[in-house]
Amino acid sequence: MDWVADFWIPLIKAVVVVLVLLLGGAYMTWGERKICARFQVRYGPNRAGPFGILQPLADAVKAIFKEEIVPNHVDKIIYVMAPGISFAAVLITFAVIPFGPEVDLFGQRVGLWVGDIEVGLLFLLAIAALGSYGIVLGGWSSNNKYSLLGALRAAAQMISYELILGISLLAVVLLAGSLNLREIVDFQGTWPLLVLQPLGFLIFLIAILAESNRSPFDLPETENELVSGFMTEYGGIKFALYFIAEYTAMVVNSAIVVTIFLGGWKWPALISDLHPLAGVGLFLAKVLFVLFLYVWIRASIPRVRFDKFMRFSWKFMLPLAFVNLLATAAVVAFL
Amino acid sequence: MLRDSIVGFWHILRAMGLTFKYFFTKPVTVQYPEEPVKLYPRFRGRHELRRYEEGPYEGLERCIGCSLCAAYCPTQCIYVQAGENKDGIQRSPGERYAEIYEINLLRCMFCGYCEEACPTGAIVLRREFALAGYSRQGLIYTQDRLLQPAEPNAVILDDGTAAGTRGK
Repeated sequence: MDWVADFWIPLIKAVVVVLVLLLGGAYMTWGERKICARFQVRYGPNRAGPFGILQPLADAVKAIFKEEIVPNHVDKIIYVMAPGISFAAVLITFAVIPFGPEVDLFGQRVGLWVGDIEVGLLFLLAIAALGSYGIVLGGWSSNNKYSLLGALRAAAQMISYELILGISLLAVVLLAGSLNLREIVDFQGTWPLLVLQPLGFLIFLIAILAESNRSPFDLPETENELVSGFMTEYGGIKFALYFIAEYTAMVVNSAIVVTIFLGGWKWPALISDLHPLAGVGLFLAKVLFVLFLYVWIRASIPRVRFDKFMRFSWKFMLPLAFVNLLATAAVVAFL
Repeated sequence: MLRDSIVGFWHILRAMGLTFKYFFTKPVTVQYPEEPVKLYPRFRGRHELRRYEEGPYEGLERCIGCSLCAAYCPTQCIYVQAGENKDGIQRSPGERYAEIYEINLLRCMFCGYCEEACPTGAIVLRREFALAGYSRQGLIYTQDRLLQPAEPNAVILDDGTAAGTRGK
């Protein structure tokens, strides 16, 4: 067994990716508050450090030192486990996303991805769907009407968007001819799939908004009717775990959008060919852009009513996704 | 349905365009301790008891302990006890002065009727607005505190009315 290539490099890559993701998730909370504030003509957090840059740190310290409360009426094991499930699922999702080409680092040939598996896209969908279990179980085990309603909505929402998500990705698979995310990125060397699949991109974007429980589809939380939805009974570090899972999920989902539709680290090849690390920079810049889009949408569009969301997904988005899939299939088959 | 979705899409784009415009406007937040707040000239803040600043009575308190402010006060937050000027100690121009003058700021509603009632212009509502205290007792302002003019961290806007005409 080659210890360096088979053990140390994957381990170091995994640790670096997890740390960067956690930092990204933490700073997404800051970024969202900052950007959202500017949309509302405010400054946002600016007291902790310059531009409030230490705010996530202060929030984390506060959450950790809060009293750990487990209500008497909850199902204790699941209640404690649920935030962890959400959090773990988010971190695992990123494993298959390539964020750069193969580079020579410290005399080793290193591919800038954690796992390169042939059914990467399938893995992505499977693990992303797992994240909803954290929400559903958390809401159920809390044994509280608001939490339960939040969990029910999460479950109903999940079965609505997962289908659309899958079908819009099928069109991508037809074009790229592979489920491997690295090959999908390679396919987008000249043109990002956004150009070939504008409708698919739109459908996917809407589905992924629902997937990360973001406004306008943040129905499991709906703080104005369900207090805090599935998170109502959570506090302290467990709440923080849910919170950071949600924001890390935003980062990961943006990375998925970038990888599948915006050309990942590859497009435009003009920049990514300059230097291997330029591709990483390109990837990061695109992720930041999609994250900005997330916050921008949240600042612009009010929450969709629950039944309207269901109707929208099943009666409109799903047929649209099918039309898109069939059209793509026809193009691939006959051209 | 196709028409609806196109119209809906257009509306969403318009909404996002509007919010994007606001993204680039300067925030309206006043960073208070660093930046002064803006107050209008007729802003009514905490009361102050004034002294004569010039003329024959210079340095004397304006308040003559008549209790008209206390009588007029809708919330009865003012307590005045008058004392006689005697033995060569002159605190106010007339016969009497306010021996005890207390305002309970927890009751006060800053209506300004006291300064309207005052015959000598002794009590005025100035611009001090940072009124916080650690105890209820601490918010009953006594005479010595009311006599000290406060300089709030504020810019006085000029709205063209009444600048410098108050309490004359």
